[in-house]
Amino acid sequence: MGNKQTIFTTQQLDAYQDCTFFTRKEIIRLFHRYRDLAPQLIPLDYTNKPDVKVPYELIGSMPELKENPFRQRIAEVFSEDGEGNMTLDDFLDMFSVLSEMAPRDLKAYYAFKIYDFNNDDYICVSDLEKTLNKLTRNELSEDESRLVCEKVIDEADLDNDGRLSLEDFQHMIIRAPDFLSTFHIRI
Amino acid sequence: MDRDRSLHHIEAALESPAEEHVHHSSFSPLMEESSPGLEEPHDAVEMEVLAEEGGGDEQTEVLSALVDRRRGSVQGHEGSRQGNPLARERWSSATQRVLCSMPSRTIGRGQGAVISQYSDRTTQLRRRRLSQPSIRDYSRSARPSIRGYRMEVDPEEEAKEREKLVNNLQSLPAGERMRMLRAMPLRMAEKSELRKLACSSKVRRSLSSTEISCCSRLKFYTIISLQQGWGIVVSFLQSLQPWQVALKTVSGRFGTGVLSYFLFLKTLLFFNVFLFCVNGFFLVIPQAANPPPYDYANVSFSGLELLTGGGYFTDTVMFYGYYTNDSCQLPENSTNGTANQSNCTQHTSYNIPVAYFFTIGVAFFVTCVILVYSMSKSFAQSFRIEKSRGNLTVKVFCSWDFSVLKKSSVKLQTENIRTQLKELLSEVNCGKVEKSLLRRLERMAVHVLAWAMCLASTVGCALAVFHLSKHLFEDHPPVSMSLKDEARLLALPVVVSSINLLLPGFFNTVAWMEEYDSPSVRTYVAIFRNLLLKVSVLGMLCYHWLVKIAGDSEKLKLKCWESFVGQELYRFLLMDFIFTMLDTLFGEFLWKLFSQRVLRRKRKPVFDIARNVLDLIYGQTLTWLGVLFTPLLPAVQIIKLLLLFYVKKASLMMNCQAPRRLWRARQMSTLFITLLCFPSFLGAAVSVTYTMWTIEPSKTCGPFRDLPKMFQSGKRWVEELEAANSRLTWLSWVYTYLLENPIFLFIAAGVFLIITYFHTQVVDGQRKIIALLQEQIENEGQDKKFLITKLQAAHERKQSFSPRRLESRDSEVSGMD
Repeated sequence: MGNKQTIFTTQQLDAYQDCTFFTRKEIIRLFHRYRDLAPQLIPLDYTNKPDVKVPYELIGSMPELKENPFRQRIAEVFSEDGEGNMTLDDFLDMFSVLSEMAPRDLKAYYAFKIYDFNNDDYICVSDLEKTLNKLTRNELSEDESRLVCEKVIDEADLDNDGRLSLEDFQHMIIRAPDFLSTFHIRI
Repeated sequence: MDRDRSLHHIEAALESPAEEHVHHSSFSPLMEESSPGLEEPHDAVEMEVLAEEGGGDEQTEVLSALVDRRRGSVQGHEGSRQGNPLARERWSSATQRVLCSMPSRTIGRGQGAVISQYSDRTTQLRRRRLSQPSIRDYSRSARPSIRGYRMEVDPEEEAKEREKLVNNLQSLPAGERMRMLRAMPLRMAEKSELRKLACSSKVRRSLSSTEISCCSRLKFYTIISLQQGWGIVVSFLQSLQPWQVALKTVSGRFGTGVLSYFLFLKTLLFFNVFLFCVNGFFLVIPQAANPPPYDYANVSFSGLELLTGGGYFTDTVMFYGYYTNDSCQLPENSTNGTANQSNCTQHTSYNIPVAYFFTIGVAFFVTCVILVYSMSKSFAQSFRIEKSRGNLTVKVFCSWDFSVLKKSSVKLQTENIRTQLKELLSEVNCGKVEKSLLRRLERMAVHVLAWAMCLASTVGCALAVFHLSKHLFEDHPPVSMSLKDEARLLALPVVVSSINLLLPGFFNTVAWMEEYDSPSVRTYVAIFRNLLLKVSVLGMLCYHWLVKIAGDSEKLKLKCWESFVGQELYRFLLMDFIFTMLDTLFGEFLWKLFSQRVLRRKRKPVFDIARNVLDLIYGQTLTWLGVLFTPLLPAVQIIKLLLLFYVKKASLMMNCQAPRRLWRARQMSTLFITLLCFPSFLGAAVSVTYTMWTIEPSKTCGPFRDLPKMFQSGKRWVEELEAANSRLTWLSWVYTYLLENPIFLFIAAGVFLIITYFHTQVVDGQRKIIALLQEQIENEGQDKKFLITKLQAAHERKQSFSPRRLESRDSEVSGMD
């Protein structure tokens, strides 16, 4: 099959193909999606690996992420600088993990990071409260929110330290096979 | 002796939970007893000192206290939350330091931890490839966190781990390496670095070593080119993905539940395309290229043929009756030399009966394999350990559907989650309301009544179908091909399709008055009732076709009963399609108007996923039943599915809204593909097998007209081959003893059942092990809590002890004066 594109070198495309769950065609298509966010910023030639980042505001305005209450956390988790400004690598990473071929453990790892708002490698009660607020748009009362957080810690915290570690989270994910279909963004 | 006493002590503790309180309160004096030994502990090694301290007595007493505490806390789990000692904030710095460097707390800390985790995983993978470890090899108290992860790694260690990972990656085969790379939660830059190191070293190694024989090099190149070829095929297939944008729109607005219906439709489409290609290539094209010398009456094409499948279509490639029982010549190239033409009868004749038999057989076999494979894969992914606790957590973390894109749907989803959380909270708070006996009996009575009504209506419909078919075909057989008679042929399909349309609605109405514990039970019951209806109706029809019509074909003056049955199936499929279209276009629209105007509901009606999927399965069953009699029926089904996709999508966008409850997409998909495999495909396969093995084909038409049974075409071909080439006697032996003899089939089925039983037992055993391991994890957590509190308490006592000691020494000194 002739390699007609001039955006990447063959080695780059091969590397992307081996490290993500996308095929060559999909990677090119994703590149164009990425470029459409900021056409004047992103060059058409990636062979010399330019160091370009798309600011978070543009990422958050993508139709796939626009209405998602967790879009800021998603962008922060996958971006290199932790602020949500994403390079092409980060962009491909993000959609690769969120695609339907990613295995459960990989998705669970990143889901844990997304729900961990204060980045302390634990989902503590404040993280849970923030998650709940995002899920229900702040429409749960304080009492209810506190009750839910307590019950969640009760149910899921296995080593009884009052917060959820990655292990606890993965253990809970095993009991929810729907996680694979809900933690999925089609692009 | 002391040890024995304390062992008895422990055993007594284990056997008498009533005395737990006694032991529990003796816990604090125990701690005071052991504290005098902790006079000068070092900060970081306090835990080791605790372990070493005291003689056997104290150790066993500590152990017994541990056991008691565990049992006590397991029983008093609910009340222990209030005084959770680990939630205290005022840890000493020493404790904090120890806590922070615990292995389980460094997970996900950074790149170093992930790399070391994956280097361990790849080592395990290598070891596992060489030998399968048994459950016995896993030590009972090994915590996965300690085995899998490391403490905070410094850069040197990280580099070493990285090298180990690269080495392990190199030793894995390419497919596994790629899978491992893709599954690693690292940044792209890091992954491509690892990949470059892993791949380049391997290439360098293989190029540099000179003792690679040309055989293994050839093997190496073949494997590489095969993998590349497979990659090209896969990417081609993926690029053929139809309806990407449409599916994204649907999932963006309605979520993954409704999407699963359309994905199921796509799966069925692929099955039918496969059947169509196989049939077309091996049956239709050879026969169409060599039309048999029939002298059929010139029936003109009137429009009614499209509905009834009769008339003009009867003597076409569409139906069984058209196919010859001879070999036919494949079209020869006229540019061939004359030397070839003399051999053409030997090489280019194409035996139609044999082709017919084997094509259908092989198509069914391959479909069966694909179905069972996808069913088992789906089942593996949706396997759940049934545990009632954890519902709230799952609701919080797994219920947000990330693929929903539209603003109004997102708003709806937010509301749904909020409602469900509130419901779950109220359930958890109030606990299980003890229903009075009267209430339970009432519910039971309502259930029994509902089931009686549903079963009665199902049985009534089945009997109606039976009597109607008898009346239509046996009492007044269709003699002429007049318009009236042809229209009469449509009566049975219309009746069956209307039953399929109306009765599930009736079942839903009946289910309204029932009360179920959970919405999933309600869904399962609805699916089961619908399934029962369809199975009984289809069973009745199969009996009618295969026993009555096939058996009494002379009485019914049917020239070719197989073509007739094929036409019947075509009519049924078509009627099903027409009724579904009408229902979708008008029914859903009317229902939306009704529910908004008359019932005054603010929301549009919900798309009934289960019912629509069962309709799809019904259509597919008809296709599989008919493929033997109508090789082109998959083409009809393909057209039907294509149109259905667009019509359903349009109707969905206009008339429906997203479902209110979380639709368990994975489990439901597994259920649907299981239903496709078991009642649907199995039933079709059984009827086709029954037809081929027991029913006598008609004498005047079709490829099997001169055989007593259909399968004997294969036998005859094998005998012919044997006559032509005496070295192939083993083939006929194989055929006689393996394919014809029922004993072989029984043995095969028996072995299959035994293997299935064995695997279910293994799964059961694994479930028990999972429960055990869960308990161990909880116990380890209790241990940790215990040790940390003891550590902290000892440290605090030391703090309070030393100033006291100074004071008492001062007082002693002052007292001595």
